[in-house]
Amino acid sequence: MSENNSVLMEVKNINLRFGGVVAIQNVSFDIYEGEIRAIIGPNGAGKSSMLNVINGFYHPQEGEVWFNGEKRPSMEPYQIAKTGIARTFQNIALFKGMTTIENVMTGRQLKMNKNFFWQMLRYGPAIEEEVEHRRRCEEIIDFLEINHIRKTPVGALPYGLQKRVELARALAMDPKILLLDEPMAGMNVEEKQDMSRFIIDVNEEFGTTIALIEHDMAVVMDLADRVVVLDYGKLLADGTPTEVQSNQAVIDAYLGVPH
Amino acid sequence: MEILYAIFIAPFVEMGAYPDLFIQALWDGFVAGTLYGLIALGFVLIFKASGVFNFSQPILVVLAALSLVSFYQMGVPAWISVILVLIMFYALAWLVERLILRQLVNQDGNILFMSTIGLTFIIIGAAQWIFGGVPSAMIVDELGFPNGSLEWPMFGGGVYFEMIDVSAAVIAVIMIVILAVFFSKTKIGRGLRAVADDHQAALSVGISLNQIWVIVWFVAGIVALVTGIFWGARSDVSFALQIIGFKALPVLIIGGFTSIQGAIIGGLIIGLGEKIFEIYWGPLLGSGVEGWFAYVIALVFLLYRPQGLFGDKLIERV
Repeated sequence: MSENNSVLMEVKNINLRFGGVVAIQNVSFDIYEGEIRAIIGPNGAGKSSMLNVINGFYHPQEGEVWFNGEKRPSMEPYQIAKTGIARTFQNIALFKGMTTIENVMTGRQLKMNKNFFWQMLRYGPAIEEEVEHRRRCEEIIDFLEINHIRKTPVGALPYGLQKRVELARALAMDPKILLLDEPMAGMNVEEKQDMSRFIIDVNEEFGTTIALIEHDMAVVMDLADRVVVLDYGKLLADGTPTEVQSNQAVIDAYLGVPH
Repeated sequence: MEILYAIFIAPFVEMGAYPDLFIQALWDGFVAGTLYGLIALGFVLIFKASGVFNFSQPILVVLAALSLVSFYQMGVPAWISVILVLIMFYALAWLVERLILRQLVNQDGNILFMSTIGLTFIIIGAAQWIFGGVPSAMIVDELGFPNGSLEWPMFGGGVYFEMIDVSAAVIAVIMIVILAVFFSKTKIGRGLRAVADDHQAALSVGISLNQIWVIVWFVAGIVALVTGIFWGARSDVSFALQIIGFKALPVLIIGGFTSIQGAIIGGLIIGLGEKIFEIYWGPLLGSGVEGWFAYVIALVFLLYRPQGLFGDKLIERV
């Protein structure tokens, strides 16, 4: 976590409704540059909806998203991706027919700007560009230790590895903020430990700001610099893991209630 | 005994005895094959980009041919007509994206498929209303394609090459090469495959679905135009051209729905296969072999290799 705590992103008074159902109600919080920010809460608390607002899949009825010190106008998800926001999905959204390396290369899509005509002719600069991006992807693949499956179609991979490929693809975008929707859902203890380690490494080595949703409280307490707690679409608490853990409202709503 | 001779020996004896006839059959089959391949290519492009079997592809071929001829009959010079048709197809691609595909993001493939059936009927209705349904001849000469035929004497006989067939084969091959390179080597091609696999994920890495869809529908329109010109030259330009469009189905089953080279190889297998089979084995079965041959081959593929020769193997984790 950086020292100066400059705000990279801020959501202000977000209200999101689907018909009569209120998914998010007047929620505000900020994300500091370089921190790992966790969003927690019981099922249906509006965590994924919040991520979808940040990444543009949902357009809130009210509220503002501030990014890089500027108020963000209403944008489509692919435009928001261009501003430097990458994400992974709760139910893995990979390009199943493509290999690992191809999936990761799609993360560089936005950074490749040579004309398709030159790409077709395999003209020098277009090749150089391809090679350069390929190199970056290979670095990321090395970093996440998925070398051995570079050429495997991802549809054939086990769940834990698919999650890692998805992370690699998001990283390949060199994002300013990385949104992870339950990166450890459905994993066993060992896989969770691996994933936690990768998330911390990404944060430390690349300095990437990370916002993640997670259910496993132990994991969240280890990983996160600060935690937002949502419940029934409302903000319940916001603070460091220790603060949140000792907050009575949180204990009542979430931590204290046996499942 | 006699039947075995007729099946296994006589046809080959005949091939050897009249090699000029055999080469003629190969050439005719090759031309038909590249044209089948071209139609199939139109389907493949859209299938790759959106996972949708585009039922309206055959009617796009009709629309292209019909509007080209109509523009010319209105007094527009031939090549300007071609450009007008291209502009029209760009507008159509844009409209299809705006009015249909955009509304159906993340919907099941079947729903998109149904919408293309709807589109087919809209186009049929609109085209009949605007251009009328009277069959007319394709304006190949006006477009500057060489006419007449070339006779190449060999083996004591001769093989005829219709100039329009030569043009068709050459242009089909050029288009196929360009498209194959375009979709395998460019970032648009990669984006296209990404969109086909997962809409949400594609959006999340910054690929604009709208842009990709307009591009593929436009390219499918270009393919339809080229197909329309050359099929139109072989028969009349009318709504009956649609039926040829559906010949692409067995081609796709053989080649695989997702493969450009599959569409070509599949097209050649059907084109060559039905020609050769018709000439040498056809008399044994009565005529009309060309009508069903493709579908029988497709059936065999469905039984033993459902993903086709080059299709993506379906990976399903349970």
